[in-house]
Amino acid sequence: MSDAILNQAYDVQRVREDFPILARSVHARKGKPGKPLVYLDSGASAQKPRQVIQAMTRFLEEDYSNIHRGVHFLSQTATDQFEAVRTKVARFLNAPSDRCIVFTRSSTEAINLVAASYGRTFLNEGDEVILSIMEHHANIVPWQLLQAEKNIVIKVVPCDEDGVLDMDAYKDLLSDRTKLVAITHCSNVLGTVTPAKAIARLAHERGVPVLFDGSQAVVHGTVDVQDIDADFYVFTSHKLYGPTGLGVLYGKYDLLKKMPPYQGGGDMIESVSFEGTTFKAPPSRFEAGTPPITEVIGLGAAIDYVEALGRDAIAAHEHDLLQYATQQLSQIDGLRIVGTAPGKGPIISFALEGVHPHDVGTIVDQYGVAVRVGRHCAEPLAERFDVGPTVRASFGLYNTREEADALVQSLQAVKEFFGA
Amino acid sequence: MMDDLRELYQEVILDHGKNPRNFRHPDDANREAKGENPMCGDRFMVYLTLKDGVVDDVAFQGRGCAISTASASMMTELVRGKSAAEAEKLFHAFHELCTQDEPDIPEGVDDETMEKLMVMSGVRQFPVRVKCATLAWHAMNAALHGEAAASSDQF
Ligand SMILES: Cc1ncc(COP(=O)(O)O)c(C=O)c1O
Repeated sequence: MSDAILNQAYDVQRVREDFPILARSVHARKGKPGKPLVYLDSGASAQKPRQVIQAMTRFLEEDYSNIHRGVHFLSQTATDQFEAVRTKVARFLNAPSDRCIVFTRSSTEAINLVAASYGRTFLNEGDEVILSIMEHHANIVPWQLLQAEKNIVIKVVPCDEDGVLDMDAYKDLLSDRTKLVAITHCSNVLGTVTPAKAIARLAHERGVPVLFDGSQAVVHGTVDVQDIDADFYVFTSHKLYGPTGLGVLYGKYDLLKKMPPYQGGGDMIESVSFEGTTFKAPPSRFEAGTPPITEVIGLGAAIDYVEALGRDAIAAHEHDLLQYATQQLSQIDGLRIVGTAPGKGPIISFALEGVHPHDVGTIVDQYGVAVRVGRHCAEPLAERFDVGPTVRASFGLYNTREEADALVQSLQAVKEFFGA
Repeated sequence: MMDDLRELYQEVILDHGKNPRNFRHPDDANREAKGENPMCGDRFMVYLTLKDGVVDDVAFQGRGCAISTASASMMTELVRGKSAAEAEKLFHAFHELCTQDEPDIPEGVDDETMEKLMVMSGVRQFPVRVKCATLAWHAMNAALHGEAAASSDQF
C-alpha cells in the first residue's frame, strides 16, 4: 500500500528533466535522427543531475581553492564546504561521527586502504579472510595481494541457485582463524542484497570485524552503518549520481585509530622531520595529498539530491521497475535471468539462448539501449552460474517502464536477427 | 543504422557463427596458441599442423560471440594449405581491413581471398568489436611464431 502512495508521488518525468544527458539521442548520422538514449547501465556508473553539475561549476567559479592549508578567505570557505560534506556523508550512512568518514578515490581504493593498512598490520600467516562468491574484483584482488605478501588464507562463501548467500556455509567458515570478513552488501551482477546485520553479528560473536562493499547498496536503499554494526563500509560517488574520482570509507573510529597510514604525503602529518614524522588522527591520517575537492562538493549535492527525492521513494520506484522488467523479460523465449534472490536490487543479468551477450549488446545499442555485457568484474560468479558473460540491465532513479519496454523490443530484434 | 548491423552480421557471418567450420582439436597439431579477450571472456585455442612450412591443417575450439566465432571459422578456411609466410600475410591483410579506413594490403593476396576477408570489414564501424574479429587471427599468428598465447590486451 505504501508503495502505491509513494509511486504516485514520484514523478519520474520530472526527475528525468534534471538529467541533461537523458535528453540526447545516440547514433545520429548524416541527417538521420538517432535513437533516444535508453540508459540501463547505471550499475556501472550513474548519470549526473544538473544539481550536481551546477554545484561543482558554482564551486569552481566562486569558492575554489586548496583546503586545510591556507589562512586566506577562499581556503577557509572551501575547507568549510568540503568538511560540511563529510558531515553530510556521515549522516547519510548514519555514522556516529564525521571522524569515521575517510574520502578515497573510489570503492576500490577504500578496500585497498583497509587491506593495506588494517590487513598488513593485523593479519598474519594462516589468518583467514572470508569473502563471498559474488564479490566484485575490487573486493577480491586487494585480499589476494595481501595473500601473496602475508600468506593469509581466503575463504569464499557460496550462494544458491537464486543467488542467495549461503548463511550456513558462512557460519561453518567462521572459525578462530578468521580475522576479517569482507562481503558485498549488494551484488553488482545478481542484485542480491546480503543480510548485512546477520553477517556482522555472527562475525562479532567471534570478535571478527566486517567490511561491507556498499557500492551498489547505498544507491538503492537506506544504509545505517550503526544498525548493521559494520566495522568498515565503502561506497563510490559515481554510482550515487555524483562525480568520478571519489569514494568513501566508513570505519569505526577505534579501528581507524589503530591503523597506520596507507599513503604518505601532505595533509596527513602532524609534524615532519628526518628524525621522525608523526601522523594526524583519522580521517586526515588516511587522506594524504590534495583530495578531489570539487568532487567532494559534487557528492554533497548528489546526496542532497537523492535525499530530496526520498530514498524510500527512489527504492519503491526502482522496485516497481525491477518487477515490471523482470516480468516482461521473462516472457522472452530462451531468456534466462541470473540472480533471483528475494528482495534484490534493480539489477537484471541475463543470458539469451543462442546469442552471445556481446552480440546482444551491439545490436540493442543500435536501438539506443545501453546495457553492460561481459562478466561485470566478477569472474568467479560467472563460473559459479556457468553462464560465462551475461547482459546486465541496471535501473536507476530516472528509468521508466517505457525504457524496460524498449529493452524488450530491442531483444526481440536480436532474436529475429539471429533466428534464435 | 540498421544497415551497419546488416553489414556486420552478414548471412555468411551468422552462418559461420552458428556452425563454425573446423571446430575441433586435430590429433597431429604441432602448434597451438590461446587467444583471449579479458574484457568479454572470449577464449579460443587455435591449432596448427605445420608440415614442411605449410599449414596442413588448422582448427580451433573455444567460446565466443558470433563475430569472433565466425572470424575464427573463416580464418581456418582461408589459411589451410597456405605457406606459413602466406598465412602471416593474410593475418596482416585482415588486420588492416578491420582497423583501417584505407587499408594497406600486402601484395600477393588474390582477389578471391580478398573478397572473403572483406566480409568481416563491416566491423570497422564498431570499434569495440574489432578485437572480437581479430582474436583468432592473432592466436593463429602467435601459433605460427611458436608463441603460446595472444591476449587482446596487447592488440
Ligand atoms: C559491487 C562493486 N564493488 C566495487 C566497485 C568498484 O567501484 P569503483 O570502480 O568506483 O572503485 C563496483 C563498481 O564497479 C561495484 O559494483
